[in-house]
Amino acid sequence: MSAPYAKLPAWADYGLIPLINLAVAFLVAGLVVMLVGENPFRAAAILVEGALGRGQNIAYTLYYATSFIFTGLAVAVAFHCSLFNIGGEGQAYVGGLGVAVVCLAFDSILPWWVVFPLAILGAALFGAAWAFIPAYFQARRGSHIVITTIMFNFIAASLMVYLLVNVLKPAGAQAPQTRNFLEGGQLPKLNWVLEAMGFSIRSAPFNLSFLLALLAAFLVWVLIWRTRLGYEIRMRGFSPKAARYAGVSETKIIIITMLISGALAGMMALNPVMGDQNRLQIDFVTGAGFVGIAVALMGRSHPAGIVPAAILFGMLYQGGAELAFEMPNISRDMIVIIQGLVILFAGALEHMFRPSIQALFASLSPRSAGVEAQQGEGG
Amino acid sequence: MDFFHSLILVLDSTVRLSIPLLLAALAGLYSERSGVFDIGLEGKMLAGAFAAGAAAAVTGSAWAGLGAAMLISVFLALVHGFASITNRGNQIVSGVAINFIAAGSTIILGQAWFRQGGRTPSLPGDARFGAIELPFAEAVRDVPILGEIYSELISGHSLLTYAAFLLVPFTWWVLFRTRFGLRLRAVGENPAAVDTAGVSVSWLRYRAVICTGILTGMAGTYLSLAQNAGFVKDMTAGRGFIALAALIFAKWKPVPVMFACLLFGFLDAFAIRIQGTPLPLVGQVPVQFMQALPYILTVVLLAGFIGKAVPPRAGGVPYVKER
Repeated sequence: MSAPYAKLPAWADYGLIPLINLAVAFLVAGLVVMLVGENPFRAAAILVEGALGRGQNIAYTLYYATSFIFTGLAVAVAFHCSLFNIGGEGQAYVGGLGVAVVCLAFDSILPWWVVFPLAILGAALFGAAWAFIPAYFQARRGSHIVITTIMFNFIAASLMVYLLVNVLKPAGAQAPQTRNFLEGGQLPKLNWVLEAMGFSIRSAPFNLSFLLALLAAFLVWVLIWRTRLGYEIRMRGFSPKAARYAGVSETKIIIITMLISGALAGMMALNPVMGDQNRLQIDFVTGAGFVGIAVALMGRSHPAGIVPAAILFGMLYQGGAELAFEMPNISRDMIVIIQGLVILFAGALEHMFRPSIQALFASLSPRSAGVEAQQGEGG
Repeated sequence: MDFFHSLILVLDSTVRLSIPLLLAALAGLYSERSGVFDIGLEGKMLAGAFAAGAAAAVTGSAWAGLGAAMLISVFLALVHGFASITNRGNQIVSGVAINFIAAGSTIILGQAWFRQGGRTPSLPGDARFGAIELPFAEAVRDVPILGEIYSELISGHSLLTYAAFLLVPFTWWVLFRTRFGLRLRAVGENPAAVDTAGVSVSWLRYRAVICTGILTGMAGTYLSLAQNAGFVKDMTAGRGFIALAALIFAKWKPVPVMFACLLFGFLDAFAIRIQGTPLPLVGQVPVQFMQALPYILTVVLLAGFIGKAVPPRAGGVPYVKER
């Protein structure tokens, strides 16, 4: 990014500043907890206990984290091309349609390990398709991707309600959802992994798609930093002019990036639809697409940051549910506030503390303040 | 006569449904014309609606509600300004953050303060902005056509409705006939030129986002004190984004903004009216399609199929003074 700031040592840039931003976000969240008359430290203790206290809770935390890894990666890939994909929510929703179509078609005739790759394909295809139109309009007609993807979230919501109510709902059923998938459309749970580590779990939706999410994180790293395509994506993101000069087709890169982003968002649907609920129901995404924005910002668009950020938000989701039990004044919507604060402080205000930290570094050791600062002193 | 009567009813609810859109879209107009993109209209409107509902419930005064709504919306607008003007952060990211903060905190605070599942208490008539009967509305009701238009369509709205419509020519006048407006538009197109002329870019943009805050506060107040009798959680339900769509649809111009909002309001009113009845030629139209229509229209417009929407040139770009 061409931010008008002097350089800091890498560990401060990638470690210290994000940590400070995060700490401030949680500090403000603590103030909100105080405002509703609860003790923020007790709230934090209950939250951590609720997220990690027992095997059951850990399994739920990882279940939520799975969704957030996918949506976080989706947002991050687009960020590298300096595209802001707010449409993860809609792409995941439509991706669920892809999962459901595959599962409904094959769940009675094929075993799950054949249906699973097909469902991955379905989720990725449908999610990518939903991202294609905004991408095409951005690349060829110059319409702003942020606005188009927001609009596509709403259009997706209407479309899915229509399909669920009028097309996918079994005749005679009341609730707008598909029939339950048979065994072929159900992913195996991973709870035994935690049980093997000595935790006890009654039932939790932690499933195989977690491993797929980790694999996706690795592949995104390979793509962005180890392939020619990734290089072109980053080049376009860093400087569209330089990319054009180097002969990179902007149209092609924008569309490919958004297709990958949409496919990742769509794959999020595997986790709840095939891994937990075993049917397609209304609003199954429940904001995971938007959490992806916070996760990507917090993880600084790097898979190594996104996975822990997603697990942190998984903890917030799971711990927040427990918190709502213990403190009636605090419902799960507290997470939405924290999410907003993280986006604000780690995203929009990421440079707020930079000048003072730079001044601090410069006073501690002038050399660490970097080249630009020295030039400033010289001139 | 029957058709005419139902037309009047649909138009009447068109007006009701388009007012929050109109106020929010005008709010966005100030900010975006000054070069600060604002997708946080939704959040500011929601926070305003909550503040209005809460303050009116506590004080029993609609005006106190309006004041509280404006205060909190301006506060959030200033947060957006601080992030995007002073700290040169990403304006889209900041807007998204404000939407989430508003969505979460209105529910948490509402539940903690009033314990009604995120609602504010139901308000009596004098704590709301009620309908205003214009003079002679009753007397002329029986005059054919014109009488009905006057008494049903024009009369009987809240003060905020009339204020919203008056704000359209006022905004036009401010933007195109005052020095402040000229500078505001200039700072959205070419901030360096304004800076060269010795006018502070930051201060101009801050004033623009304050205007945005005041108007989103009014939009929120309309929702909780005029259209409804209190705040209900998530009551903006995407209207901030439809307002944004209307703003783009109207190519960032005040009078077209009004028509765009009326169009989107009409689509909404029409959808409610024809629910379940088949239309001539096309047959039954799914409700969901009508709900999605404003978004579809905006996408089509943005793609340049109906004219071209060109945003203010410096929109979304933080201004860095050269040294």
